[in-house]
Amino acid sequence: MDKLIEQFSLGLFFWQLILFVALVLLLKKFAWKPILNAVNDREEGILKALDEAENARKEMQNLTADNERILKEARVERDAMLKEAREMKDSMITEAKSEAHAQATKVIDQAKATIESEKHAAITEIKNQVAELSLEIAEKVMRNELSDKNKQIKLVEDMLKEVKL
Amino acid sequence: MYKINLLKTLTFLFFAITISVGATNNTDQTSSAEQESPVKNLKIEIKEYINHHLLDSYDFTFFSYTNDAGEHKYVSAPLPVILIDNGLKIFSSSKFHHGESVAEVDGDYYVVYHNKIYKTDALGTIESDEAHHATNEKPMDFSITKNVVFIIFVGLFMLLIFSRMANSYKNNPMPKGIGRLFEPLILFIRNDIAIPNIGEKHYRKYMSYLLTVFFFIWIINLLGLTPLGVNVTNNIAVTLALALVTYFITTFSGNKNYWKHVFWMPDVPWPMKIILAPIELLGTFIKPFSLMIRLYANITAGHIVMMSIIGLMFVFKNWIGSSLSFGLALALALLELLVAALQAYIFTMLSALYFGSAVEEHDHH
Amino acid sequence: MEIPTIVGAGLIVIGAGLGIGRIGGSAMDAIARQPEASGKIQTAMLIAAALIEGIGFAALFAA
Repeated sequence: MDKLIEQFSLGLFFWQLILFVALVLLLKKFAWKPILNAVNDREEGILKALDEAENARKEMQNLTADNERILKEARVERDAMLKEAREMKDSMITEAKSEAHAQATKVIDQAKATIESEKHAAITEIKNQVAELSLEIAEKVMRNELSDKNKQIKLVEDMLKEVKL
Repeated sequence: MYKINLLKTLTFLFFAITISVGATNNTDQTSSAEQESPVKNLKIEIKEYINHHLLDSYDFTFFSYTNDAGEHKYVSAPLPVILIDNGLKIFSSSKFHHGESVAEVDGDYYVVYHNKIYKTDALGTIESDEAHHATNEKPMDFSITKNVVFIIFVGLFMLLIFSRMANSYKNNPMPKGIGRLFEPLILFIRNDIAIPNIGEKHYRKYMSYLLTVFFFIWIINLLGLTPLGVNVTNNIAVTLALALVTYFITTFSGNKNYWKHVFWMPDVPWPMKIILAPIELLGTFIKPFSLMIRLYANITAGHIVMMSIIGLMFVFKNWIGSSLSFGLALALALLELLVAALQAYIFTMLSALYFGSAVEEHDHH
Repeated sequence: MEIPTIVGAGLIVIGAGLGIGRIGGSAMDAIARQPEASGKIQTAMLIAAALIEGIGFAALFAA
């Protein structure tokens, strides 16, 4: 310990203190501040870049999700549209079918009615003609029959025969 | 990439150390070979050499040798001596002739005795008491010694390197050149020393100090391992200055919570509080004191051991012993490389820990 | 009988060495058990070792 105290040099202490404090201050101004700032800036830059990349990735993910969602929606919409169209088609077909059916029934009914009426008319005419013809024939026959007396008597007799009492 | 750069640097440092060991080896060999002294003298010489190496000096001696005529020659650069003794006195250290003669300045005489400047008379008499301490008057000594030169050199070096590194960030977010080596270290200090010990909220204030102290101690410790023979951190004055800065920063940034823990420890019964207060108060001084002693002692011990083992090479005058101690010196040099960084790390780490305790928010255990 | 201070210094070094050795060993065990906590363990280990070392040095210089 004595040796230490004896060795102690005030001058060296003084210079070391002055020079060292000056060195700290000078280096602080000219070196450490710029260096640490640069390093900090760089680190912040890296962090920011990483953050940005992360954000971009998330955005990308969102975008993909969005795309997928839109695609899904479109698919659903398409499906819905298709379904609607199909339904429409079906309904149209059924409607058309029923209409056609109704029309057909109507036409058939009409036709039937016409046929019926035509038939009726025809039958009536036939009846009339038959009646006319019968009358003519009956007239002719009558005339023929009634031209001769014998025959008249015979007729009367025949008729009388037929009448059974 | 960083790892490769680090590896390159380490390899380079390894070679630097190897060369340094070799260089020390050479200078010693000349002096020992020419003196042809017995082993006893050699041992004393080595001891003196080590002691001399550990001390600061007033001139920058690269190496010394004894020429054929028996004169001790130095290859060195003189440095300015600044004394405050009846006014400011500035003169070149060459006047001392490496401590061998008395310097006369404006009618006053000064002499270097045991690496300190004393006021003396024209003959250079040193009066001493029984314990062999010189009793001559000591002027206030603010000389630019070898260590001060190296502190200035390291300061300028750090300013140059780190301001250039700071500039390189202006155009490019990535570090370039030497910045690639230092950036991981700066980030290490921030992420593994400052933030965990001080906390996310307050650490920014202390970063400048922590970074400066780490790199300062590390670089100056590494320089101490080169053949230049600088040992700045094995001067108690230097480590005291560093520890004092830590102490003052801790004390001035201490918040209410910190002082409460020092003087009136919460959550303990009151008799304990009275006992704990002086202990805690003492602790605030012991902490920086241990910082000071630790750095000083580690570096000093490392240098003594390494130089002793290098010295052993010349004591053993056979190839087995010498080569063994060479291998040991090499291994120690590598260990010292680790210690240089480790001591810088521990100093920074403990400083951060103390700052952290000073700014700790009130959170109850 | 006077015991030379160097003996005391030796004792201090032995004590500090044992202490730091124990800390290092325990830290190794802890790291082996919980490798993910190695950072925290290292920090605690270094602090403890530094404190012992500090005491060791203080005593050495007092010796």
